[in-house]
Amino acid sequence: MATDDAEPGFCEPWQAQAFALANALIDKGVFSADEWAQTLGDEIKRAQAAGDPDTGETYYNHWLAALERLCAEKGLAQAGEIGTRADEWRDAYLATPHGEPVSLP
Amino acid sequence: MPHDGHNHDHDHTEPPSDVALRVKSLESLLIDKGLVDAAAIDALVDRYAHRVGPQNGKKVVARAWTDPEFKQRLLDDAREAVGEFDFKGRPGERLVAVENTPEVHNLVVCTLCSCYPWNVLGLPPVWYKSAPYRARAVSDPRGVLGEFGTELPDEVEVRVWDSTAEMRYLVLPERPAGTEGWSAEQLEQLITRNSMIGVEQAKSPADLEGGA
Repeated sequence: MATDDAEPGFCEPWQAQAFALANALIDKGVFSADEWAQTLGDEIKRAQAAGDPDTGETYYNHWLAALERLCAEKGLAQAGEIGTRADEWRDAYLATPHGEPVSLP
Repeated sequence: MPHDGHNHDHDHTEPPSDVALRVKSLESLLIDKGLVDAAAIDALVDRYAHRVGPQNGKKVVARAWTDPEFKQRLLDDAREAVGEFDFKGRPGERLVAVENTPEVHNLVVCTLCSCYPWNVLGLPPVWYKSAPYRARAVSDPRGVLGEFGTELPDEVEVRVWDSTAEMRYLVLPERPAGTEGWSAEQLEQLITRNSMIGVEQAKSPADLEGGA
């Protein structure tokens, strides 16, 4: 079992964004903290069953899976919508000269 | 213009990774729908990335060690007591302080996912979220403590507290011997994140001199 004392924090910015989104939705009462914990726990079990080593390193992947699932279940954003939006963002990045802010058309 | 050999072109911006794009897309959809606002997201990121952390819990524990009335308030209702430091968590989240004594050692886990007293300890360490810790803290707490180098006499009772979304725990470690007369600020140096989760005890004054 790993016991190292490294500072936790976020490894990549998207992890912080995903963390904040779930908390913002709980703060707004869109779902409860308990619903969130149950869904996250469920996604962790599901990932374990699918072979994820679940050593804490992949934690934010489970976090994002739980967030996407609750957003879909609550009718806030469906997977298809997110995929379409991701394509739009990708195109926007590719069309924006390096160094300029990227925004959707 | 002849280039320096790299064929990097500057008329576009490299898109982020797929996972980062998914998060960005979800965020922008939720913002468009008025379900979250960008400023609230930025404030949350700033708070957890920079402002909350074990330094909050250290202040709480050091105060409890030096102020018996505060300690009683902390044991009675930790959520209200940490509110005195402006560390109060989300409404509906109860915080319970569990006190280590010569007879009882407390250990905190979340067997389901990663429930943690964010407002006083910040983000949980990676091992706290790992499957081995989540399982073994319950099945073999002394074994887990041993891996953190924490050996307790057999007669000490180990109590394991399983956190939930509504109920989170902060361990109040024992104040180390030889610290009589120390100020709260001095005592804070002996308090570690791990001692407030319960996998270790607070440092001793000798540990501090040894640079540990």
